[in-house]
Amino acid sequence: MLSDMTLGQYYPVKSTVHSLDPRMKIILLILAIVAVFTAGNSLAFLPVAAYIVLASRLSNVPFKMLLKGIRPLRFILIFTVVLNIFFLPGETVWLDLGFAKITKEAVITAIHYGIRLILLVMFSSLLTLTTAPVTLTDGLERLLSPLAKIRFPAHEMAMMMTIALRFIPTLLEEADKIMKAQSARGADFESGNLLARAKAMVPLLVPLFVSAFRRAGDLAMAMEARCYHGGKGRTRLHVLKMKKNDYIALLSMAVLLASVILISRFL
Amino acid sequence: MKDAIFEVNNVSFSYEEANEKAMDQVSLSVPEGAFYAVLGQNGSGKSTLAKLLNGLYLPTSGQVLVCGMDTADEKNTWDIRQNAGMVFQNPDNQIVATIVEDDVAFGLENIGVAPTQMPGRIEQALLDVGMLEFRERAPHTLSGGQKQRIAIAGILAMEPRAIIFDEATAMLDPQGRKEVFAAVQKLNREKGITVLWITHFMEEAAQCQHVYIMEDGRIVMEGAPEEVFSLPEKMQALRLDAPAAARLAHRLREAGMPLKAGLLHMEETAKEVARACKLNSKA
Ligand SMILES: Nc1ncnc2c1ncn2[C@@H]1O[C@H](COP(=O)(O)OP(=O)(O)O)[C@@H](O)[C@H]1O
Ligand SMILES: [Mg+2]
Repeated sequence: MLSDMTLGQYYPVKSTVHSLDPRMKIILLILAIVAVFTAGNSLAFLPVAAYIVLASRLSNVPFKMLLKGIRPLRFILIFTVVLNIFFLPGETVWLDLGFAKITKEAVITAIHYGIRLILLVMFSSLLTLTTAPVTLTDGLERLLSPLAKIRFPAHEMAMMMTIALRFIPTLLEEADKIMKAQSARGADFESGNLLARAKAMVPLLVPLFVSAFRRAGDLAMAMEARCYHGGKGRTRLHVLKMKKNDYIALLSMAVLLASVILISRFL
Repeated sequence: MKDAIFEVNNVSFSYEEANEKAMDQVSLSVPEGAFYAVLGQNGSGKSTLAKLLNGLYLPTSGQVLVCGMDTADEKNTWDIRQNAGMVFQNPDNQIVATIVEDDVAFGLENIGVAPTQMPGRIEQALLDVGMLEFRERAPHTLSGGQKQRIAIAGILAMEPRAIIFDEATAMLDPQGRKEVFAAVQKLNREKGITVLWITHFMEEAAQCQHVYIMEDGRIVMEGAPEEVFSLPEKMQALRLDAPAAARLAHRLREAGMPLKAGLLHMEETAKEVARACKLNSKA
């Protein structure tokens, strides 16, 4: 039952977007977030929306995969929009409910909030759909490595993420095994109220934690035996190199950002 | 005689929280290119010995030399670990990366090998253990025996002179056990890599050149397997079973069959029994 859980949401096909440098993709995401928040009027969202459609086309990822990320957020989305419609201040009153006024400005701003949230999710989904988790970790490590000077543990964080990614399938498999063993002895993980179900998880989590700690000790030993001594003096098998496409992508993002700023300012 | 790769002189060691010695006055020597075994029950101190051999633990007293370097000298640590790799018991708990190739690269990255040299060395190492076609697989999709061979490749890529195997086959099924042991024998034969094979399986120890038997942190017996295993009473006193073939030969001898000494493996024992029977029917 746990094996149905997919790891991350990487969509493994070949495309221009997939082959971009992970560092550039992270930078592009940050710039896209800036663009989304800079957009000050309805018109300014148009180029952003056009950009994400174009990017998803180039990525060979079906557009509905991008939209899938919004589903789990739909309640937050609706809640945010509705709440803001009621409580944002405004001048042009459309409906007076006594305890609250619904104004034109509030409706527009609330819808803008909703659009921003949707665009944010889509841009981040595009990154995780087109970049394998390990590659993403690699990119993050190298983007953050200059911060090592101020003692920011970039290498350690990346190593932790890599190991977590490596061990998630192993631990899931183990949890599945323990669950089956406990079910065979009459444990029930699927019925009862929330409290009953949480209680049923205890005999699953305890052995899982014990084993995870044992694994951690073993792994630390094995890593040391293989000469691991932190990030210092370490070389890497995969060398990241920015290529022409990376700079073209950056340029396109700059154009987007500029047009969003111009539209927000002057239209 | 060739130089010793591992030279252990009167080493004792105790864990901080324990009052008993986990290692008591142990001495041993493994020459370059050899295939030696350490045999012992659970808790006899085999893993402690293994960890003393590459500086993961330092002796409380005595000296451990690896390729002539003292493990107690901190500046030797990385040299020692590169020259004497170690494969552990649990295949899952020693693979670091999410892709086979990246895992084999892990040790190379740690010792600072240039990125341009890595692919060649990784390819060769995977080829040597017969796992080249799995280079892009995720480790959790492999069998136990395959994972152990990946772990071996990760060590091999670092071009060590010796590898210590700490019960590397204990968690594998019979098929995986055979495939890993065969791969290690090949490395020893073809690449001259010194092997210290730690195990509690007699059958494996019987195929090594020299056996050290451990009990309670001490080495209680040593010698060629033919000598060591031909004393079933002594083995029994140590709560160890001689290989099945050796026990069978011993019983047959006791029952009066004239079998030659030093029988360890099923096949040669069968041949010897057949020979004895033929002699018998002629007489
Ligand atoms: N981390 C540890 N802390 C304390 N005692 C330990 C530790 N590891 C092993 N021991 C003890 O040292 C002895 C030898 O253990 P070990 O070397 O693991 O034996 P083997 O590998 O032959 O099973 C045992 O009595 C064991 O309980
Ligand atoms: Mg052990």
